[in-house]
Amino acid sequence: MQEDHLDSVAIVKCIVDDLHSSFAYWLSRQGKVRLTKWYSPYSQKERTKVIRELSGLILTRGPKLCNFVEWRGFKVVYKRYASLYFCMCIDQDDNELEVLEIIHHFVEILDRYFGSVCELDLIFNFHKAYYILDELLIAGELQETSKKTVARLIAAQDSLVETAKEQASSLSTMIAQATK
Amino acid sequence: MSSQGGFGQSKEFLDLVKSIGEARSKAEEDRIVLREVETLKRRIAEPEIPKRKLKEYILRLVYVEMLGHDASFGYIHAVKMTHDESLLLKRTGYLAVTLFLNEDHDLIILIVNTIQKDLKSDNYLVVCAALNAVCKLINEETIPAVLPQVVELLGHPKEAVRKKAVMALHRFYQRSSSSVTHLISNFRKKLCDNDPGVMGATLCPLFDLITIDVNSYKDLVVSFVNILKQVAERRLPKSYDYHQMPAPFIQIKLLKILSVLGNGDKQASEQMYTVLGDSMRKCDSTSNIGNAVLYECICCVSSLHPNPKLIESAADAISKFLKSDSHNLKYMGIDALGRLIKISPEIAEKHQLAVIDCLEDPDDTLKRKTFELLYKMTKSSNVEVIVDRMIDYMISINDNHYKTEIASRCVELGEQFAPSNQWFIQTMNKVFEHAGDLVNIKVAHNLMRLIAEGFGEDDDTADSQLRSSAVESYLRIIGEPKLPSAFLQVICWVLGEYGTADGRYSPSYITGKLCDVAEAHSSDDMVKAYAVTALMKIYSFEIAAGRKVEMLPECQSLIEEVSASHSTDLQQRAYELQAVIGLNAHAVGNIMPLDASCEDIEIDKSLSFLDNYVQQALEKGAQPYIPESERSGVLNISNFRSQDQHEASIHALRFEAYELPKPSLPSRTTPVTLASSTELVPVPEPSYPREVHQAASVPSLTDTGSSDLKLRLDGVQKKWGRSTYSSAPSTSNSDSHRTGNGATPDVVASVNSKAREVSYASRRSQVEISPEKQKLAASLFGGTTKPEKKQSSSGHKVSKTNSHATDKSHGAKGAISSETHAVSTTTLQPPPDLLDLGEPIITSNAPSVDPFKQLEGLLDLTQDTSVVNSGAAGATKAPDIMSLYAEMPTSGQSDSVANPLSSDIYDATLISGLSNATNRTSHGGNTIMQPTQLSKGPNPKGSLEKDALVRQLGVNPSSQNPNLFKDLLG
Repeated sequence: MQEDHLDSVAIVKCIVDDLHSSFAYWLSRQGKVRLTKWYSPYSQKERTKVIRELSGLILTRGPKLCNFVEWRGFKVVYKRYASLYFCMCIDQDDNELEVLEIIHHFVEILDRYFGSVCELDLIFNFHKAYYILDELLIAGELQETSKKTVARLIAAQDSLVETAKEQASSLSTMIAQATK
Repeated sequence: MSSQGGFGQSKEFLDLVKSIGEARSKAEEDRIVLREVETLKRRIAEPEIPKRKLKEYILRLVYVEMLGHDASFGYIHAVKMTHDESLLLKRTGYLAVTLFLNEDHDLIILIVNTIQKDLKSDNYLVVCAALNAVCKLINEETIPAVLPQVVELLGHPKEAVRKKAVMALHRFYQRSSSSVTHLISNFRKKLCDNDPGVMGATLCPLFDLITIDVNSYKDLVVSFVNILKQVAERRLPKSYDYHQMPAPFIQIKLLKILSVLGNGDKQASEQMYTVLGDSMRKCDSTSNIGNAVLYECICCVSSLHPNPKLIESAADAISKFLKSDSHNLKYMGIDALGRLIKISPEIAEKHQLAVIDCLEDPDDTLKRKTFELLYKMTKSSNVEVIVDRMIDYMISINDNHYKTEIASRCVELGEQFAPSNQWFIQTMNKVFEHAGDLVNIKVAHNLMRLIAEGFGEDDDTADSQLRSSAVESYLRIIGEPKLPSAFLQVICWVLGEYGTADGRYSPSYITGKLCDVAEAHSSDDMVKAYAVTALMKIYSFEIAAGRKVEMLPECQSLIEEVSASHSTDLQQRAYELQAVIGLNAHAVGNIMPLDASCEDIEIDKSLSFLDNYVQQALEKGAQPYIPESERSGVLNISNFRSQDQHEASIHALRFEAYELPKPSLPSRTTPVTLASSTELVPVPEPSYPREVHQAASVPSLTDTGSSDLKLRLDGVQKKWGRSTYSSAPSTSNSDSHRTGNGATPDVVASVNSKAREVSYASRRSQVEISPEKQKLAASLFGGTTKPEKKQSSSGHKVSKTNSHATDKSHGAKGAISSETHAVSTTTLQPPPDLLDLGEPIITSNAPSVDPFKQLEGLLDLTQDTSVVNSGAAGATKAPDIMSLYAEMPTSGQSDSVANPLSSDIYDATLISGLSNATNRTSHGGNTIMQPTQLSKGPNPKGSLEKDALVRQLGVNPSSQNPNLFKDLLG
């Protein structure tokens, strides 16, 4: 198969607590982690172990199989985009198809923000991906489902950052810009 | 929206990222990261770093941490950065601390003050950043510090802030529900927020609240139904649409809430039927999100008070899921089926074939989901098949977590439904052999008790049979290496108690075996202790029966060794043994009565046998005993404890500024007073027990599966009665089936008896499964009582099928003898092309339901012997033809003909096998999953620009991964 020499990446979103998703991450085909977000406390050692275990589980799965994996009583939902795997760990009673679409929703937002998002964007702008994720999910729960609202907020933050560099503009104009 | 193609970082950082990207091994990556850590440690400690530089260092720390290395040396700098005036730096600081710190980290105390200040900021973006941090970092102890501000922000003019404030409050509720119980009415208010985003976010906390206390929210049923109706009618802004569905994520949340509210409540359910039916109809079943909503509808239907119409449409949706090619949908279908059979058990039968397909699917995820379904539909008629399957699967996996779960399920099902003693013992043996160290030790104790108490009330012979069969099977197993400790304990106990009971084994044989066990597991004190006690029992029984005891030399040395053991428990057992052996028969009989493990031991709690002694002492002038509570000068210990707690709460951290004491604050200061101040708020039952929540939200297996390992002996007798005893043990099943099903299995067997190319192996196994599958379906689903009419009609169908099969085989015979062109051309083709041959069959046969119906007929066949006979008689010719046929020299030919030959049922499996295979091959070249429904072409210009930019920066994508520039959305 061709993909053997691709450098794939997965975004693993790790959300493990007693209520909802515990973590998320992005991971490459060689198991290189591109982004992780943990919504429940995990020590650094546990994190490494979790990612190693899950990478082994997910990267070896064939293309036609379910996008879900059972793991330690949780469910991990993953989806591959080009060379990246986006993964999300959820509770037993969550709706897997919905989570799959949350991942897709996120990727669409990324795509709109970066303009045809590619792995490289995420590698170098990982902090921006974090900001976007924070607008979408809080504490592992879906916070905003409108693409436009998320995009508008991120743009507001970005434009504020631009002006902050100059240390000049007044707050009202910034907000005006932001909400345009 | 502007494209953010540029990377604002320094060359140094880009180089780091690049070199990480090109690292060939984890070791190389680690070396690079460690070097980076050293650099950062040095740099970040330098005085007067420009702020922009510092910001980058912090991001680099985030990067290092993400790669799994420790960056704790820099945490304090991230914390400092949150104090910065500029939002740019503040935002980076907050991002870093939320990624670095958990809620119990010591540094959080240093951030709380900043958060407090930022929550009051007049820049809503600062407030948003602070609220993000609140959700992650604020713990139970610090909630009071920010709570008033967060509540105030619920009324902020910006919807983004209100939304995050709702989420923050929800988070507080999860962390420590007592600290916000007086505020939950706010969630109700926010449901009416005019911003749909805020309303959507409010559904998260409301869902939690409603699962915990349904009854207080019944009044909201109408509101939720209305909201769902409006959402489905596209009343929300267009920006909430997702893949042409109106606000699907909000719909799903609403459906989840409705299913909790309507569970077991007829009146509430009736209010929901219409909107639920509408939602189901409107779901676009071609899109993934449409199916997600549809699945949620099914869950809701199966939780509400049953409504036949809705159940019917839910069943239709499930069958669509199960028939789909997508594994994801099959998985959801199985899950949904498991929910729906709770209110409508008969629908499982309709899908038996699909279920078995899923059970045999190579995809582990699907398989496990199917086991879960089987677990839910187990009854006494199918328990043997299901548990056998489960055990086989359990043996085949390495995942300890799942092994434990499935082992406990096997035990549970066995205890509940076991058809016979032998089967139960055998099954438990298998479970213990392969997962003994994983299952709860209680299960082992239950097994011992079960063997000791037996099943029948008066039937002593049955009990002793059970015991003898247990002893016999244990003696067989005992020599095997690597038996789990818990299992060995059971074995030792049973051998000690009942090893010599039926007189078939001599004491010296049993004691010899016990010594072997103790010797082989010399490091396991528990096993040794059980073995020594078992030895003692056997010798005691011998002595009590008046026989002379001859201790084997190895026993002698074992006892000697154990009496010098480091374990005092072992020592004591050894000395007790030696002491007991020295006593006379009568005394031994009293100490170790035969088969008395279940007798109640009377305990004289008042120690009345000492009364005489006490009386004598009192007469001699001793002080009478004063109970502890009546003694003066001794305070009740519990008083002490509560005092301690009180003091601790007084010393709790304070976050309020001391100079500004507010009169209302004290009630909020400490969590303790908060909890007690609930009577101020008219909320019923604020401290609702948590278990109820769990029971409600996870109603099915996990609860009963894991926690309830206790034997349910009451009511078991009925199930264990002889009448339901199914005489076919697992091994002979296949034979009985073969005769029952007539032609098909033999056809397959003979066709497949020919050795073929390796490439056929997988297909062949698929083919062979087909008759097995019928049998399986029969044993899984056939147990349900079917209406008489149906049986007769299915019998009719069977005969038809069989004649059909024979007709076909005759036809095939003709085809062979005349060697038609069609056959000869196919034989010339190389094996892989045979797969293409299957494709037209897929399209023509897949939609028809016939194979299922026919199989149903066959299934009944296995149960109804009279029909079997006639059916088998009709079909006897087929095997002969096939065996003739199997001797044909060219293997390829025989295979290609086998397809049309086999009956339709059998085609169905072939098709699935073939379609699998074709998918696999066709997928070889093109494996990237293409997300659909995005009307956005590739953006070559953007990629080119990015490429140019990166090259300019000196970061060239390595030749190894040209894909870095690949558009993720294709």
